[in-house]
Amino acid sequence: MPPGAQALSDAWIVVLVVGAATIASKAAGPVLVGRRELPPRLQGCIDLLAPVMLIALVVTQTFGGDEEIEVDARVVGVGAALVAIGLRAPVIVAMAVAALVTALLRLAV
Amino acid sequence: MSESANAAPRIRDGVRAALPLAPSPILFGLSFGVLSDATGFGGAAAVVMSATTFSGAAQFASVSVLDAGGTVAAAILAAVFLNARYVAISMTVSSIFPGSRLRRLVESQAIVDESWAISGRSGRFKWPILVGAGLFFYVLWVASTALGTVLGGVLENPDELGLDAAFAALFLALAVPYLRDRRARQAAALGAGIVLVLLPFAPAGVPIIAAAAACLLGLRR
Repeated sequence: MPPGAQALSDAWIVVLVVGAATIASKAAGPVLVGRRELPPRLQGCIDLLAPVMLIALVVTQTFGGDEEIEVDARVVGVGAALVAIGLRAPVIVAMAVAALVTALLRLAV
Repeated sequence: MSESANAAPRIRDGVRAALPLAPSPILFGLSFGVLSDATGFGGAAAVVMSATTFSGAAQFASVSVLDAGGTVAAAILAAVFLNARYVAISMTVSSIFPGSRLRRLVESQAIVDESWAISGRSGRFKWPILVGAGLFFYVLWVASTALGTVLGGVLENPDELGLDAAFAALFLALAVPYLRDRRARQAAALGAGIVLVLLPFAPAGVPIIAAAAACLLGLRR
């Protein structure tokens, strides 16, 4: 099977399951719960999930290789984006900075 | 009649309140369409995902995990963990949705971070603002994703463009507002450590899912 065919069906499974799970998450309060509240400890965990997952994705995208840690042009690109974020640049600008710096380094090396 | 209309906000007031934030879903939607197309996720899948999941960070997470060679399960779990916050967010507004269960199910899909934040700006969450703003963002999000998939077709060598670094920059920018909280910083640092420890030998996608365990720090009082 060509790689593209596998990637396509994988993508559709992800679309269906993530879509259903997200719809259920958004409906959880208004449909199921009414005015009740989550137990505080569970709430504490859920509150931390978003920052934990986002930073885990940052580390994976920056250093991830084929079952190894790779330090390459991406690190410089993401570092440049971090500077942009520190200067309060819009998200889209930070993304463009990261892509541009990384691409230029890959051309140069 | 007109006096009560002045007091109670309408759907169109939500649209108006959301107008200044319009560039964000447009640019994100465009880049999601472009990146999905460039990474082989597929344009149709990207548009359907925007129409059903309607949550930028989770959608980018799934696409980036698949692009990095992660399994379907890892791509799904990364997005589901990210969107678990909507369980908590939707609970804060559970009492403002009127009508039948089916109606509440449909209208609750207007909940995204931005519409939720706008609808609570007066100190009390307002249903017309949330639904109006959410609807406005939804139309922009789906339409710009579709446009992005068309534009994405013109990219020839996406791997050379630094898309992986662009993904990382996106997630970093989305994480920054959360990191003002000390416990969030601790948990994020622990999660990053888990990823770095597992990266050298765990299959792609597994380190991210394992990092979710760092949220157990939230059990502490």
